[in-house]
This record gives sequence, structure tokens and C-alpha cells, in this order.
Amino acid sequence: MEVDYSGDIMTLNMGPQHPSTHGVLRLVLKTDGEIVADAVPHIGYLHRCFEKHVEDVDYAGVIPFTDRMDYCAAMNMEQGYVLAVEKLMGIEVNDRVRYLRIIMAELSRIASHLIAAGTYGNDIGSFTPFLWCFRDREKILDFFEETCGARLLYNYHWVGGLMYDIKPGMEQKIVEFIDYFEPQVDNLNRLLSDNYIFIQRTANVGIMSPETAISYGVTGPNLRGSGVQFDVRKDEPYLGYEELEFEVPVGKGEHGPVGSCWDRYMVRIREVKESCKIIRQAVPRLTPGDVRENVPKRVKPPAGEVYMRTEAPRGELGYYIVSDGSLKPYRLKVKSPCFTVMSAFREVSRGAMIADIISILGSFDIVLGEIDR
Amino acid sequence: MVTYFRNIGLGIWTIISSMVIASRHLFTPSVTLQYPKERWQMPERSRMRLSNKIEDCIGCGQCARACPTSCILVKTEKRGKEEPPVFASDGTAKKLRTYIFDIDMTLCCYCGLCTFACPTRCLTMTGDYEYSVYNKDDHIYHFAVETPKTDAEAEKQSPAKD
Amino acid sequence: MESIAKLLQAIPKYDALPELLQFLIPIVTSCVIIFALMALCVLFMVWLERKVSAHIQDRLGPMVVGGWHGWAQTLADALKLLLKEDIVPASVDKILFKMAPFIVFLGAFAAYVVLPFGASSFVTDLNIGILYIVAVSSLSVIGIIMAGWASNNKYSLYGSMRAAAQVISYEIPAALSIMAVVISVGSLSMVEIVKAQDGSFLNWFIFKNPFIFLAFIIYFIASLAEVNRTPFDLPEAESELIAGYHTEYSGMRFAFFFLAEYANMLLVASVATTLFLGGWTLPIPLLSEIIPGPIIFLVKALLLIFIQMWMRWSLPRLRVDQLMYVNWKVLMPASFVLILGAGWMAIR
Repeated sequence: MEVDYSGDIMTLNMGPQHPSTHGVLRLVLKTDGEIVADAVPHIGYLHRCFEKHVEDVDYAGVIPFTDRMDYCAAMNMEQGYVLAVEKLMGIEVNDRVRYLRIIMAELSRIASHLIAAGTYGNDIGSFTPFLWCFRDREKILDFFEETCGARLLYNYHWVGGLMYDIKPGMEQKIVEFIDYFEPQVDNLNRLLSDNYIFIQRTANVGIMSPETAISYGVTGPNLRGSGVQFDVRKDEPYLGYEELEFEVPVGKGEHGPVGSCWDRYMVRIREVKESCKIIRQAVPRLTPGDVRENVPKRVKPPAGEVYMRTEAPRGELGYYIVSDGSLKPYRLKVKSPCFTVMSAFREVSRGAMIADIISILGSFDIVLGEIDR
Repeated sequence: MVTYFRNIGLGIWTIISSMVIASRHLFTPSVTLQYPKERWQMPERSRMRLSNKIEDCIGCGQCARACPTSCILVKTEKRGKEEPPVFASDGTAKKLRTYIFDIDMTLCCYCGLCTFACPTRCLTMTGDYEYSVYNKDDHIYHFAVETPKTDAEAEKQSPAKD
Repeated sequence: MESIAKLLQAIPKYDALPELLQFLIPIVTSCVIIFALMALCVLFMVWLERKVSAHIQDRLGPMVVGGWHGWAQTLADALKLLLKEDIVPASVDKILFKMAPFIVFLGAFAAYVVLPFGASSFVTDLNIGILYIVAVSSLSVIGIIMAGWASNNKYSLYGSMRAAAQVISYEIPAALSIMAVVISVGSLSMVEIVKAQDGSFLNWFIFKNPFIFLAFIIYFIASLAEVNRTPFDLPEAESELIAGYHTEYSGMRFAFFFLAEYANMLLVASVATTLFLGGWTLPIPLLSEIIPGPIIFLVKALLLIFIQMWMRWSLPRLRVDQLMYVNWKVLMPASFVLILGAGWMAIR
């Protein structure tokens, strides 16, 4: 949009306490009436020195802290870390652990995308999808609570295994939940995704071209929303995702150009269905086994370094660990998916309206706990 | 012109279909639990309040070492040779006298690592979730019951309350 | 008001009071009655809104205060708001800030004067009644702009600017669709309009001819925008502007904004009832004699309010330019067409 910014520019400070900045993000907007000439995100209000702090905690003790990065998808966060440490130590886990990890990660992905879709509806002004999504998310959290005792910050993945095996009969319950849940996604689509007002608000808004997305290093649903088919589960499979059949949904641009907010939102909704598919395949493959079979007595990796990337709900999550052979990591660096997409925010949002800023921010689905760490 | 009318029609149609979907929920039973009256059954693995069965605690300090946030403080001293031996309920000899076993629940991150480290399984996370207090100090739980015999330095510190 | 004045005549020695008092007492009495009625309706509407939203969202809503389904919850909330500290931020324009909520409320309240709740329950039957409503209800925009400007808050300013643009533009299709009814009746008086619809269901203007049905739809949409309801709730868009023009308000003054918002809802629903749904009339022979007119009127109005709430909790919000698009490019041409059509039907 070509705009003449000759009028008086007003600086509008959005956040850190604002209902739609998804946490404590501060946006400094230069506005000309309703049109935003420039939007500069200021981050760091939730900085907790995660990377420095964990240098003083033993390897097993890091896992609770990784939970607190992306608190909407804590399972995936700790899974990435655990896989990195296992790669460093050369631990192989048995099949039950592998498939349980896949099931938990996909359930967590569904829960996380439900939050994304629900809060996005809330950002656009429709409050009802938010609570419908949370209603179904609660059911997933019930599974997690029954399995490991916590609803949000699980500490369920351990280096070399899992904290607990699932309760007997849980497989059946999970499949029943998926059966119940898949029609709910269609309900959500009819309420929100296909609503004309919603489409008008999100399509044609915040267009991120594939070139922009790649040049900023955007990953995950945000990248796929721009039409780039890239998914770590497919392109660099871990945990045996290569044995499972699923598709990688990409933004097709049904409404407006590819890479709009609607595409990014819709990729998440479609991914939820793919996750359901994965869970359906993984549940029958659960073989009996001991989930703590390969848990080492003390986690003491050899000196060296490792980089492990996994597909978290918000994109590619990378852990870079340097070990000096002691009980504590020498250095731990996280490649956070939300941080990279936040860097593209300024370019994508240029020339949008104030309402579009909220729309774009919501479609990025950021979690400030992970950006700031 | 055609798109103009098509868009209006589409708008009205999707609005009506959204409203129909919403109206169905008017008559479905709601999922709310009226909390103080109704409570849900906490799963047995629930990780809420920490609780220590001090009679079984051998004062090894494994939990304090496992805790990522250092919320557990354990101080022990050796029992004298002349004292009668004390045993935990599983038969482990309690060679150390635990005179301070404090857990600061305000620091606890509910990871449960301490409970797995505990060799006698006396430190557990219970399903009790209603323990808000008016005073922050009340969240520091003092579990130790024994008083130090010999350690002069320990006497200077506040003696462990129950 | 005439009936109240007559009732007051029955009081002994009423004539002995000074002229001025004789003139004022009926006015004050009817004001108090209208206010009480309105406050009662608003309390019920807030409770209904909570319940409708809760059940659409699979929740229960207020369940504790008052016993049965938390019926006293809004009463408790209103009491709480009235007892709260009256915070006036340091950097606001104090006079405007304090005045604004009452002006917003005044706009809603003044329009109630001509609403015919029943065959004889109305304050006054102005011969330009409907025109008066259109004029007075746009008064609240002044209050909204005052609130936004005086708050010295950028979000409030945005909210009030949006409100001004929105309410003023949406008044045009609303007024035009009212015109369609006025053409058919040939009178601007609210009582006359209702009387024209007496007799049978088919006399109700909503069923009378397709053009006036269209007018009803347009009036309903435009009235949603006038009272800042979703999908047109941009002035108070929670996720963009926090609370729009009443961001800085709290306590009693906020309560007045809230009261005005719901009073406005009731107002537009009442106007729609009067114009299109036959007002207090009920063309079922027996029932219409048993049930008093005001009850029939309020039930019809509450039905429309329920539809407003239902829409609010199922639809997202429009953007500013789309809001203007809907008004100027969809509703305006349509209302011109319907005026032509209604005029043609009237002179045919």
C-alpha cells in the first residue's frame, strides 16, 4: 500500500500491557490516523536469563526451564532439548518411548494450535472460538495431567526416556478424543475460518512473500503459510516421523495472495488435522516396553557439541549444546522460532492499519516466553 | 457488479451459518465445574504440594541436589555412636540427624525431580492444590522435628519449627 | 404523562400547589418511572448478555449471587461500581471528563420520552416523534468525543474518533430506512405508526411488503453500528483499543457509560419494535386483552436484543475501512432503493 505520510505522525505505544500483544511485547507504532507507518517491536520484558542460568543447572534440571520457554507447547520444548542431549550422549530409546514422544508432541501441537486459533479469533473480535478451543485443549491437558501429573509445565521427557508410562487404557481414550475432536475443527471452521468478516479481516493483510520469509529465517506454520513446503518432521525426520504418513499443509492463497494472515491461520488448522492423523497411526504402534529403560543414572555427556532441531508448533526449534564433559552444560543456545518471525514483523506490517497490526501479530502466534527466554 | 452482489450474498450466508453454529451451543450442556461446590478428581500422579514424611527421611540431601531451583534446604549432623539407632519404615538406618529440612514452596517449580531422587520415597508431591496463605513466610515448610545435639553453629540459626 | 397528571389531580389540594410545581411534578414523576424501567431492563439485559454469551461458549455464566442462576449478579456489580472510588486521572480535562458520561447517557435517556410502551403508557406523543429520536440519539456522540478527548489517552482518542465516524455515517441508512415506514404511514408520530399496524400480523410493517422488510434489516444492521455492538464494536474494540473511549473511566462514571450503552441497545430495539413489529399490539384476540401493552412491547424488544447478543457472540469485528464500505457502498444504495420501492408501494 502506497501511503503519503505527510500528515502528522503520532507515536502510539502498544504494550507491554495490552490485551493483544500476547504477553509483554511492546510495539512502538508511528501512526498517521489509522494507518501505521512503522511498527518497531521492543522485546525483553520477559527475559529470564534462561541460557545463562542453565549453565549452572545439571542436564536433567534444565528440562523444567525449557518447559517455561514456550509454555503453550511445553512438551515440544522439552522434547527438543532431550533429543539434543540424547544425540550428544548417543542414547537410543526404545520404540515405546519413541511413539509416546510422538503422540505427546502431536497432542501438544494440537493444544498449542488451538490456543493460536482461539486467541486469533479473539484478536479479530470474536470471543467464542477462544473458549471453544480452550474447552478442547483442556481435554488434552487432562491426558497430560493423568500421565505426568502436571497440566502445563510437564517435565515429562527425560534424557533417555520418559517420566512415566501412560496409564493403561489411555491409548483408547486418546483415540476417542481424536474421534470427538475432528468434527470440532469443522465446527470451528464454520464459525470462524469461513466467516466472511474473518476472511476480510485476515486475507490481503500482512502478506509475507516466500522470499521475505526465507530471508528472515522464518520457520514453521508462518513459513508454510507463505507457501514454502518445509517441515523438519518431513525434511530431517527425527524420532521416526519418517515411518508415519502425513502431509505438510501450505498456504494456498484461497482468499487473496499467498502468505496472508488467513493462510498462516489456516495452515495451523490443517496441521491440527494432520496431527490427528499422526496420532491415529502412532497409537497402534505402541509396543510394550519400559519407558525408563535407557535413562542414565547420571546425565554426563562427553565433551563436544551438538545441534538438534525439531519441529515445535511455532516452527523450527534448535538446541545447540556445548558440553565440557561435566554435569552441567557449558553453553546452551536456543534457536527460537518466534524470535525469527518477530524480526520479520516490521517489514510485514508496514503500511497496515492499527487493526491489521493486531491481526498480523496474532497470525504470527508468538509466545513471549520463548522470544525473550 | 456480479462480485459485488456475490460478496454481499456470501457475507450474509456465512454470517448466518456462523450464528447457527453458535446457537447450537446455547442448548448443549456446558463444561463448567462450579468450583468450590464441585471438584474434579485429581489424578494420582498430580504434582502439586510437596510433602515430606520426615520419619522416613534419612537426610541424604539428594533432593536438594536434584532441585533445579534450590528450594530445598537440608542440614544434617551425624548421630553419635552412643545414641540408639533409628530406622526408617523401610528399614534403612537413619545415620544422620536431620535438624533442618525446609522447602520453600514459593521457589518450587513443580518439576518433581526431587521426588525421583529420594531413595526412601518419603518426599512426595501430593494432589493438594489449595494451600494459599496470607503470609509469604507460611510457604516455607519446616519438616524437621529433631534438634541438633552438638552443632553449636546450628543452634545460632533459628531452630526448626514444625 | 397526561395520565400521570390526571392521577395527580386526584390528590386532595393538588390544585393549591404553586403553578410551577404543578407543571414540574408530572415531568419528574414520569422521568423517574422511565428511569426505573430502563435501569431494570438494563440490569436484566446485562444478566441476559452474560448468560447468552456463556451458553454459546459452553460456560455457565454467573451462578452464585442471588441463588437462581445468579440473577442478582448484575445488581451486585452495579452496587460495586457505584461504591467504587471516583478516579479522575491527573492529566485529564477535568470538566469534560466528568461531564462526558452523563451526556452520553442523556442522549439515550432523552429519546425514551416518545417511546410508546403501551396504548396509553408514553410520556408524550410528539407529532415529530421519530424525527426527535433520530436527532436526540445522535447527541451521545458528542459525549463520546468528549470522553475520548478529555481522557488524554491515545487509545481513547482513537476510540472516540472511530465512534464519531461510525455513528454519524450509520445514522443515514438508519434514518432512510425509518423513512420507508414513515412514507407508508404518513405520520411521524410514534403512536400513529403503531396504530397503523394494529389488526393482524400482516399489518406489521415487517410483513407488509418486501421493501419494508429490507428496511427492517437495514435498520437493524445500522442500529448495531449506532450502539457499537459487534460486528461494529470498533470504538471499544477490546483487542485493539483496550476499551476505546472509556479506557480511563472507572466506578460510577464507567457505570454510566455502561448504562448508556445498554439503554441505547434497548432504545434501538424499541424503535425497531415500534416501527416494524407493531409496538404494543398483539393480533391474537384473547391474549392481547390479558397481557398489558408494555409487556408485549418489552418482550418484542428483548427478542431483538437477544438477536443482537447472539450476533455479538458469534461474529468477528470489521475493520474501519470495511465498516465504511458496508455503510456507503452496501447499506446506502440499498436504502435508496427501498425508499423508492416503499414510496411506489405507498402511492400505488
